[in-house]
Amino acid sequence: MTDLENQLQRTLIGSRRFFTKAEVSDDQRTLHKKGGREGDVFYRERWSHDKVVRSTHGVNCTGSCSWKVYVKDGIITWEAQQTDYPSAGPDRPEYEPRGCPRGAAFSWYTYSPTRVRYPYVRGVLLDMFRAAKQQYGDPVVAWGSIVQDEEKARVYKKARGKGGLVRATWEEVVEIVAAAHVYTVKRWGPDRIAGFSPIPAMSQVSYVSGARFLELIGAPMLSFYDWYADLPNASPQMFGDQTDVPESGDWWDAGYLFMWGSNVPVTRTPDAHWMTEARYRGQKVVAVAPDYAENVKFADEWVSPAPGTDGALAMAMGHVVLKEFFVDSTTPFFETYNKQYTDLPHLICLEPDGSGAYRPGKFLVEGDLGGDSENAMWKPAVIDATTGEVRIPQGSIGDRFGDEGLGRWNLELGDIDPALSMYRDHQGGTRESVEVELPRFDAADGKVIHERRGVPIARVGDRVVTTVLDLMLAQYGVARDGLPGTWPRTSESDPHGYDDPSVPATPAWQEQHTGVPAAQVTRIAREWAENAIDTNGRGMILMGAGTNHWFHSDQIYRAMLVLTTITGCQGRNGGGWAHYVGQEKVRPLMGFQHMAFALDWQRPPRHMNQTAYWYVNTSQYRYDTFDADDLDAGTGVFAGKTVMDLLAQSVRLGWTPSYPTFNRSSLSLVDQAEEAGQAPADYVVEQLKSGELKFAVEDPEAEENHPRVLSLWRSNLLGSSAKGNEYFLRHLLGTDSAESAQEAPPGKRPRDVVWADKAAEGRLDLLMTIDFRMTSSTILSDVVLPAATWYEKHDLNTTDMHPFIHSFNPAIAPPWQTKTDWEAWKAIAKRFSELAVNHLGTRKDLVAKPLWHDTPEAMATVHGEVKDWKTGEVDPVPGKTMPVLVVAERDFTAVHEKMTSIGPLIEDLGMVTKGVPYTAGREIDILRQRNGVVHGGAGDGQPRLETDIQCAEAILHLSGTTNGHLATLGFKNLEKRTGTELHDLSAEHEGKQITFADTQVAPVPVITSPEWSGSESGGRRYAPFTINVERKKPFHTLTGRQQFYVDHDWFLGMGEALPVYRPPLNMSALFGEAPIGEVNELGVSVRYLTPHNKWSIHSEYQDNLFMLSLSRGGQSVWISDRDAAKVGIKDNDWIEMVNRNGVVAARAIVSHRMPEGTVFMHHAQDRLIDVPLTERDGKRGGIHNSLTRTLMKPSHIVGGYAQLAYFFNYIGPTGNNRDEVTMIRKRTAKVEY
Amino acid sequence: MRVMAQMAMVMNLDKCIGCHTCSVTCKQAWTNRTGMEYVWFNNVETRPGLGYPRTYEDQDEWQGGWVRKPNGRLALKAGGRLKKLLSIFSNPKLPSIEDYYEPWTYDYETLLNSPASENFPVARPKSLLTGKDMQVQWSANWDDDLGGSQEHAARDVMFKGIEDKVKLEFEETFMFYLPRICEHCLNPSCAASCPSGAIYKRAEDGIVLVDQDRCRGWRMCVSGCPYKKVYFNHKTGKAEKCTFCYPRIEVGIPTVCAETCVGRLRYIGLMLYDADAVLEAAAVEDDHDLYEAQRSVFLDPRDPEVEQAALAAGIQADWIEAAKKSPVLRLITDYKVALPLHPEYRTMPMVWYIPPLSPVVDVVKETGEDAEDRGNLFAAIDTLRIPVEYLANLFTAGDVEPVNGVLKKLAAMRSYMRDINLGREPDASIPAAVGMTEEEMYEMFRLLAIAKYADRY
Repeated sequence: MTDLENQLQRTLIGSRRFFTKAEVSDDQRTLHKKGGREGDVFYRERWSHDKVVRSTHGVNCTGSCSWKVYVKDGIITWEAQQTDYPSAGPDRPEYEPRGCPRGAAFSWYTYSPTRVRYPYVRGVLLDMFRAAKQQYGDPVVAWGSIVQDEEKARVYKKARGKGGLVRATWEEVVEIVAAAHVYTVKRWGPDRIAGFSPIPAMSQVSYVSGARFLELIGAPMLSFYDWYADLPNASPQMFGDQTDVPESGDWWDAGYLFMWGSNVPVTRTPDAHWMTEARYRGQKVVAVAPDYAENVKFADEWVSPAPGTDGALAMAMGHVVLKEFFVDSTTPFFETYNKQYTDLPHLICLEPDGSGAYRPGKFLVEGDLGGDSENAMWKPAVIDATTGEVRIPQGSIGDRFGDEGLGRWNLELGDIDPALSMYRDHQGGTRESVEVELPRFDAADGKVIHERRGVPIARVGDRVVTTVLDLMLAQYGVARDGLPGTWPRTSESDPHGYDDPSVPATPAWQEQHTGVPAAQVTRIAREWAENAIDTNGRGMILMGAGTNHWFHSDQIYRAMLVLTTITGCQGRNGGGWAHYVGQEKVRPLMGFQHMAFALDWQRPPRHMNQTAYWYVNTSQYRYDTFDADDLDAGTGVFAGKTVMDLLAQSVRLGWTPSYPTFNRSSLSLVDQAEEAGQAPADYVVEQLKSGELKFAVEDPEAEENHPRVLSLWRSNLLGSSAKGNEYFLRHLLGTDSAESAQEAPPGKRPRDVVWADKAAEGRLDLLMTIDFRMTSSTILSDVVLPAATWYEKHDLNTTDMHPFIHSFNPAIAPPWQTKTDWEAWKAIAKRFSELAVNHLGTRKDLVAKPLWHDTPEAMATVHGEVKDWKTGEVDPVPGKTMPVLVVAERDFTAVHEKMTSIGPLIEDLGMVTKGVPYTAGREIDILRQRNGVVHGGAGDGQPRLETDIQCAEAILHLSGTTNGHLATLGFKNLEKRTGTELHDLSAEHEGKQITFADTQVAPVPVITSPEWSGSESGGRRYAPFTINVERKKPFHTLTGRQQFYVDHDWFLGMGEALPVYRPPLNMSALFGEAPIGEVNELGVSVRYLTPHNKWSIHSEYQDNLFMLSLSRGGQSVWISDRDAAKVGIKDNDWIEMVNRNGVVAARAIVSHRMPEGTVFMHHAQDRLIDVPLTERDGKRGGIHNSLTRTLMKPSHIVGGYAQLAYFFNYIGPTGNNRDEVTMIRKRTAKVEY
Repeated sequence: MRVMAQMAMVMNLDKCIGCHTCSVTCKQAWTNRTGMEYVWFNNVETRPGLGYPRTYEDQDEWQGGWVRKPNGRLALKAGGRLKKLLSIFSNPKLPSIEDYYEPWTYDYETLLNSPASENFPVARPKSLLTGKDMQVQWSANWDDDLGGSQEHAARDVMFKGIEDKVKLEFEETFMFYLPRICEHCLNPSCAASCPSGAIYKRAEDGIVLVDQDRCRGWRMCVSGCPYKKVYFNHKTGKAEKCTFCYPRIEVGIPTVCAETCVGRLRYIGLMLYDADAVLEAAAVEDDHDLYEAQRSVFLDPRDPEVEQAALAAGIQADWIEAAKKSPVLRLITDYKVALPLHPEYRTMPMVWYIPPLSPVVDVVKETGEDAEDRGNLFAAIDTLRIPVEYLANLFTAGDVEPVNGVLKKLAAMRSYMRDINLGREPDASIPAAVGMTEEEMYEMFRLLAIAKYADRY
């Protein structure tokens, strides 16, 4: 036997046997021990607890993971993941154990020193209020006396953010908040109040609480999805759907998977395993990322394009697929799919441009041909490949509304065989061709250049038409014999012309922009198409914020969606787009919407797009020298207008919402109309026409147009999403700001909007935040209310990422003086209603609402031709050429009673979601039994809604996904319109009613419902649009198909009718920032990106001690070793970043995995942890958004036109932030706090 | 033959996403308390990188583990027990707090309590050791994702001998994650280092524990452990270490780190081994033979003779059944895809790893070849982004052959399964090329990919 080294050692070790009961091994090497382990009792005791409670994490994360919260002696000790998800199937992995390190660290907050335990008010304001109340007695009058006093208002606003919060009682704080609301409704109108609370899916009852109160008083809820720049406008543009994506379990089904700008291990931590595991099935995985991101480790291939050039990459792939699978050879699988499910065969009229060439124009519709069926102007045409005749396929928006379309709104082609191209006529002959002017924007300055390429045409009457595919081939530079124009040069060695860099969108062309080798792109594109053929469309692109937060993201996405769609991958399990950016899915959508927006009491709601709200109300428009002329494609469609002018136009045409709406109170407008003896809508139209009345957006600096009260809950606006943070500080809040930008000079200013000499500062009278921890928003708030955490309340949680609904439950009661959001808002509603008795009573409120998607209002703009009543092109007609105007009666004294009961409108009017109607009298009766009935007051005889659980029950019971009866009812109602069978999809669960108690036991799978586009029948994984593809249910677009071509005037004018590559904005040319790579006294100029952080979920957890201990302990910026070397930055050096928008002080993380020319400042690091004063101006260093600013893209505010019609969070201008640049340098001054 | 049972773990690094959930749940459960602020029984390291504590793998510096003397005998690298006794009051081979990190917190209260002032309030870092203001210079995971790579990754101990093959340049970037817990070694040098006899292996399952009553705080175990997975609690003055969550294991629940692993990459199972053969195996001459030597110590519970011997040794029948079903056994013994971490320390570690495979195709991207094609597959492995020599330095004392063997099996599995995935006839020559049957390959696929809860533990 081998022996230990020496005798002495053996003796020493061996001698242990004399001192212990343990057994020393014969070789005396180790010690084994049985029994007698009293010394280890400590660990056994530590692993003991009194109970384990199911809960989850409530906002800003879309993981929706169910957790076990351990409680011992009434104290939350720690948490670990639940593992009891229903099985995903015997032949695939499971969802357990969903979670991530952030969630695992959550319980730290419960007892942490950053916990908000009591209500707080800024001392200076509290003193003013107490004095005023002493003086006036009435709290509403007291509030008014402060905000009307310029000096007082200036003083307390100037103090915002700078400490001085003091404790107060709930009673007193609620009174201040309620008084501010009552005062504002009375003095300015309810639309001067707003609420912001993001992604409801993650804690639906909490969202409902404040939203329900605010909608009952007539205050708008601000959108979040567009504001976060997470909304992919390409989705409504192309699918007519906000976003619908596969659950992560469906990644398993893909044969080919791109992770494109989506860093799955970091941003989809609980789901990442599906990707790592699917590789073992032979799935090919490609990571597209400018840096060596965490997900690249898992890929077979790393494609590393320059940031923001993904559109060029996607177009080159599209070029190869179109060339090889549509032109050089045909692919029956692709052809069949595109004929039925896309607009590729639809006819586009070409308009002569006066120089012999043509420009792409409008869809040819039945009405153009003299057809007189109902909605004939909304029925696009194709040419039949067999007969050569013009035919009108059913299933367009024209069949969706009106009596004639009943039973016809489906994608059955019948005897129509749509010709994809005009290249050959129906007898196989060659048709004539014309040259089309096509835009390209790939010049360094981003300005348009036009090139001519030929398309084959047909003539219909005197119209020259071609197909969308023909135009797309021209746009993508895919040559066909005999067509005139500029095409890629071919040679013997390059028969495809892929090596010609001069013409978009060849692989060599993209290489100039992206830096990705042309050969790699060509091969991947082929593999992608071949995989689609081999797998029947199981190719998937996970697309993330890296591609979606750019100014031109809609174009990037459209180019990517071309890849998933022309290859027949959409509407498949394992196929299609998988947009994972701020995605969230309120699976019980209908019940949620009706409760949150109080549609049981009051319709319509006020919904506001938040990007425009802040663009206007933080005066960022005044700094926007980027005028609309920069955006049009030399067409002059925006001639002489600024983006602000276009916004004002969009508002007055009813395209996009705008609150505050008018420069008068929406309450007094009704009074004035009555005084004038006119119907309110007529009065408003007349006053607008005469110019007596203005839209508030036309004069944003005037005090009557300011927002006055803003409530944040489940939200950290000023630490997270406020693009242009420093503009918020100055113009909204009136406190210190580091912004140094110049306002637009004369000539660059809006034409149709009043230019005040001086921008307003401190617009907001009251900023209130409800939170459980201190954030950039709480420190800036006038009032901070202490919230219960996610382990201290009941609520519901769902996500896109998995198909289950599960619950929050209190592990402990809310400690100290904290309250659940539900209870906090009820308290505010109660006091508000009391104060309303003397100040408000019952009033009539004129609500102006934009033209809505999924309603006939979306057929307001024939052919997408823009006609403005202001210039006399049309008459102002509410609901047609301008917003819908509706009078709502509000009994402000009954707000609390209404908030806590379910109103009568659901029984009286039914419910509607995404255009599908439901009756629900039976369901309300069941809720009466489940929740009990209210006795007396406004809600007499109605179901109770007094507790969070009752609210959860209402959400569950009024949604198809959680109530099989409603799902089946909805499908049956939809069948009347489609004429196809659908209700079998949910029939298997018709009797299933998921209750809150069910969600407490375990996560529960939801039911297939018309609220969503995918089928989960029989336990299959959720993939979007499977109902559309398998059941021929049209998409909610103009054509009813997935639409590549958008023919609205503004899109045509911007050269964006089809996908086109638009590079990142050139901030040097536009705003005078130093070009990337320039080194000067301020450091080196770099692209400034703010991706998601590994150590936080937005601003949550970045302050958590566990996360800080596992990272760098404070605000940091990743920089490449090459850039760092240029300016002498070493790892962990203090650095300062400066651009026109603000200043950031942080530490550097230097790494060779970063590409040269780009820095990452992981977003939402707040500014509260170890951030020193800046070198430049001695103020506290900024947050990530101190260097950004809101820039709106006009195409996002188009409305009133088919799928381009407004709905909340469905479409809207994005608060994009990726195009920005900054200087970065090593800090030299002493670090001081 | 003396049959003993050992709880063991396999981590599939090919699936590790580096999320650190394991670290946090472990910390919350076990070391979130005074005296243990800097302690992470479970940590995750980005490789290349320095690890925690910094450069712990440099045994020239830290002198952990065993060495084989020219006479063929094993000795503690830090010197025999006598030397330890003589130097007991000044242990020079003990990592300082800077080598771990100085734990800190913040004056969070300022955010709420700050009086009205000129600037926005901020929470500053305060040392948890001194209570004073500090500048954060190092953390439990400072070089995460190659942060500060030119200063830190560049000094990775495992680059030794392959400096010419590794460039820390953007174009050639590679990284992966290495989660670590105590190895619960068959030949634990911590136990052998303890002058008080406080560290012991549990007879029934081999879990290595510190007897908190007997520990006298000499810290020789900290030095003796080459993995630096024994820690000193500066409040109690005793050593503490990962307990393999024995209070959970005893009632049939997996360890916290394993159950909360969202990458689903941890497998726990029982291994039977011949306790009499351990020392000999740990003392084989060539470091490259240590991997095979350790495998030779394991006994196959499906062998009737082993089963008899195990019963005779007092191992319960249900334990033997568990050992037969052990996923760890399959990964180590049947498929041979799991490898030990640093066998050259000769401690016979019992937490094994499947090395990471990826990205494979990169190197041929400009050729237009399909590297997923079986014809190119194995060639591509030779040019992985992660140099195979680097992996070999971690798992096989520098011998690249076993690592290559594992990577080829993983690649072959993907290639084989793609045909099945696409509904094509599977190609039996693919598993054959790596010495596996089709059935074995499919079963391995199920264990690695589908990996149901009941199959992982």
